[in-house]
Amino acid sequence: MDPNTAGWALVVALFLPLVGAGALALMPASMDREIRRAAVVITAIAFALVSVIALSFDYGRSGELQFTTDASWITAINARFTLGMDGISLPLFWLTYLLPLLCAIYTTKHLPAPGKPKAFLGLMLLLQTGMAGTFVAFDLPLFFIFFELTLVPMFFLIGMWGGPRREYASIKFFLYTFFGSVFMLVAFLAIYFTSGAETWNIQQLSEMAPFGSATFQTWAFLGVFLGFAIKVPMWPFHTWLPDAHTEAPTIGSVLLAGVLLKMGTYGFIRIGLPILPDGALRFAPVIGVLAVIGIIYGSLCCLAQTDVKRLIAFSSVGHMGFVMLGIAAMNEAGIQAALFGNIAHGVITGMLFFLAGSLHERYHTREIAVIGGGMLTKIPKYAVMFAFVAIASLGLPGLAGFWGEFGAMWAAISPGLGLADTYGGLYLALVILAALGTVLTAAYFLWLMQRINLGNPLERWADEPLEDIQAIEWVAWTPLVVLVLALGVYPRLVFGVQNDAVVNLMGYLGG
Amino acid sequence: MAIDFVAIAPEIALTVTALLVLAADLALRGDAKQLVNPIAGLGTLVAIGFTIFLWGEERVTFGTMFVVNEYAVVFKLVFLGSLLAILGISWRFFAEGRYFQGEYYFLLLTAFIGMLIMPSARDLLLLFVALETVSIPAFVMAGMRKRDLYSSEGALKFFLIGVLSVALMLFGMSMIYGFTGTTDLVGIAAAIEGETASVPLLLGSVMLVIVGFGFKISAVPFHFWAPDTYAGAPMPVAAMLAVASKAAGFAGLISIAFIAFEPVAEVWAPVLGVLAILTMTVGNLIALQQRDLIRLLAYSSIAQAGYMLIPFGLARSGAGAAAVNDAAVQAVLFYLAAYAVMNIGAFGVAIAVNRRTGLRSIADYAGLGSRNPLMAMALTTFLLSLGGAPLTVGLWAKFAILQAITVDVTGFGLTMAGFLVINSVIAFFYYLKVIRGMWMGEPAEDVPALQPGFNLSAVIVVLMVGTLVLGVLPGLISDYTSLTSVMASG
Repeated sequence: MDPNTAGWALVVALFLPLVGAGALALMPASMDREIRRAAVVITAIAFALVSVIALSFDYGRSGELQFTTDASWITAINARFTLGMDGISLPLFWLTYLLPLLCAIYTTKHLPAPGKPKAFLGLMLLLQTGMAGTFVAFDLPLFFIFFELTLVPMFFLIGMWGGPRREYASIKFFLYTFFGSVFMLVAFLAIYFTSGAETWNIQQLSEMAPFGSATFQTWAFLGVFLGFAIKVPMWPFHTWLPDAHTEAPTIGSVLLAGVLLKMGTYGFIRIGLPILPDGALRFAPVIGVLAVIGIIYGSLCCLAQTDVKRLIAFSSVGHMGFVMLGIAAMNEAGIQAALFGNIAHGVITGMLFFLAGSLHERYHTREIAVIGGGMLTKIPKYAVMFAFVAIASLGLPGLAGFWGEFGAMWAAISPGLGLADTYGGLYLALVILAALGTVLTAAYFLWLMQRINLGNPLERWADEPLEDIQAIEWVAWTPLVVLVLALGVYPRLVFGVQNDAVVNLMGYLGG
Repeated sequence: MAIDFVAIAPEIALTVTALLVLAADLALRGDAKQLVNPIAGLGTLVAIGFTIFLWGEERVTFGTMFVVNEYAVVFKLVFLGSLLAILGISWRFFAEGRYFQGEYYFLLLTAFIGMLIMPSARDLLLLFVALETVSIPAFVMAGMRKRDLYSSEGALKFFLIGVLSVALMLFGMSMIYGFTGTTDLVGIAAAIEGETASVPLLLGSVMLVIVGFGFKISAVPFHFWAPDTYAGAPMPVAAMLAVASKAAGFAGLISIAFIAFEPVAEVWAPVLGVLAILTMTVGNLIALQQRDLIRLLAYSSIAQAGYMLIPFGLARSGAGAAAVNDAAVQAVLFYLAAYAVMNIGAFGVAIAVNRRTGLRSIADYAGLGSRNPLMAMALTTFLLSLGGAPLTVGLWAKFAILQAITVDVTGFGLTMAGFLVINSVIAFFYYLKVIRGMWMGEPAEDVPALQPGFNLSAVIVVLMVGTLVLGVLPGLISDYTSLTSVMASG
């Protein structure tokens, strides 16, 4: 496949899940098992296609857009259907096809009440198209559509298959994120009219930047910031996340943590920074401060949680704080670290939510005190797996979680674009606090391990025949475990792919 | 004075159809009476044909009173499309209820004749006649469930408030004539522009005229009739009032505001902008409390009128105003077209659920997803679209308004945008409440099975597909609306 001409491949890959959702809808609801298998087949074909795309991607020119499509879409507003992929998009795009495949495999055996695999998997596939499109859309209205497209399926996934407080959580998720994105839309429109170039193309706008007055840059960035910061989510806009995660079904949580949150950070890097560099520069210290508050606050909340899944949800707030700290550094190393942290968090936390879901299936509770320890003797393989991923998540060198966190702190010591001169002290303080956050992160994960893995099983579980890792779980989880190791040992897998694209991006920023 | 009959062909087609319907109703007996519906439908199709034929032409007739240009054609197509959809959702409803079908369809068509005249009228008198042609049949139609006290109450409320506001408007018009010496909209604009100092009484009369249209579009504080009338009227009539009659009000308001009163835009634009903010906020906040779906849709349509008033708040006068004003008018036009599709659809589902079951409270919709997935899916689509979710035409409608705001950013524009955003979120709260009930709620025991019937289902499916297709390809409307300009020579 020639990356210069094979734009069709990206279009096919993007809409394959959507077509698949339509195909599932046509199957009679009574064919329960066949529907689940069909979903595996659809996601597998899509994943295979994206893997072929990834293999034929020209890594020598990863700073340029490849597999491009550019067609007229809405002439009245000059919106175009522009797709493409560079080194920043590729890893996220690939992850967006891996995780749904694993989710579909997992769903062949596990599906929460009220069942209905047709609706469940159909919504998951619709969600997949929305997420994937976000990472390859290069026209602002198109980006916005894909970005927003994820709301409706996720609302139904949480609302129909979620936990006891699902109705509250689903509506909160929808309204909160919708609120942010409308402000983002206003900012997009302001960008369009201020640039005066009659184009929504992200690359062209990046090349033209900076344009507009200082006031425009500040306000437009504020709009973009609200939209993306809620999605990430940054403290203090995070309150929807623990509720959504806690109530969502396992698959919903995996995709939420694995891909959906990344759309926020990706948006900052793809749109916020290059198109509005002056605004971004003005906001960078604010982002840094909020990011570090998020790190500390997320860790402290984790220490206070009694529910395993809620704990993992709060740990996301902390980890995404590190990603945002990398962005706030406004230098090449920071962006690299942020993007790496994105991928690492997607893999690790996605895996953690799989584990939390399986924990619930076995114990029918996620309360740490009720589980009460002894998993290493009761279900040893599962316990070891949990320990491995938790340790990866706390950022042990050699595993995937390390590079993003370390890189972000390293980058923030010497922030770019003149931030070091004016805010050098502030950034140093932020790094010190963030380092403290890593200690807290280690603390709550190790404490969690101590409480559920070590010790003797409680009496109530003594006679329960708890199953260790099932075959289907091995299939769904092994790729993620391999990735955690591979990214940890050989981070160039991601850093190398991104490098040229990040250099390009810094060019737009004037760094 | 030669009359250009081609220019008024759509109106003539509807008039002939209306008379045919009345005659056919006399000739037909018993069950055959329902055939007046397809007759009306055919007449509408003929009118649509004539209207499409007029696209791209610029015709002026009756002196300069009646103008057909692209702007008017788009508006007429929105009206005629709504008429088709309303005929579709009316058929079974009126055939099965104890209604006078011939009279209903005659009145409906008459009201639509008034609507067709509205966007073409360039004279105060013609505007007034058009408005009354829309309103008077509507008063009668609202009271058609004459054995029902609520219907009578709603119709009477509608009538009294309607007459009062029309009286105020007529008073305003007469004073404007006194000041300017003409009833021609363009002439009025020239005369107002000629005034060196601002005349308070003239501005007062401008406000009086605007009040008259404010009633028609049920803007706060002239909205009190709407919920009671919608709830009491036969449901298809409620759909007509919420969509077509409101669109007619907007057509009139656009002509008055952007042609005749354009030179004093600085005076009325902030007033309408504040009305927009009030309308959407009050509508949405009260909608939160509703338990009846029709009343919920009524308050939601008040809020929607608020969104559509935003572009009026952006209007300018003087040099350089054309870009802003054109964008504003186009935004309203696009919003109306989108709104017609999704709101008639929502009323259609309400009728389908109500048919032979009498269900109408929001609690009755619990578990609709498992009882009738098609209707639940359709209502979900329409409500998401009314809220402005992606992949529905509603998103682009909001987009169009935000776009008009950002053509030339002002503090007031941004304030309105802020209210629009906050109100969209509030609105989603109650839309999602209905959606949540349909898919996640448990159906009550012994609810009767739905019998929407083929006709109604077909109309609803067409509207649902339309909502989604326009959500992906809004260009199907915006390519035409973006060409329009109110002014004849524009």
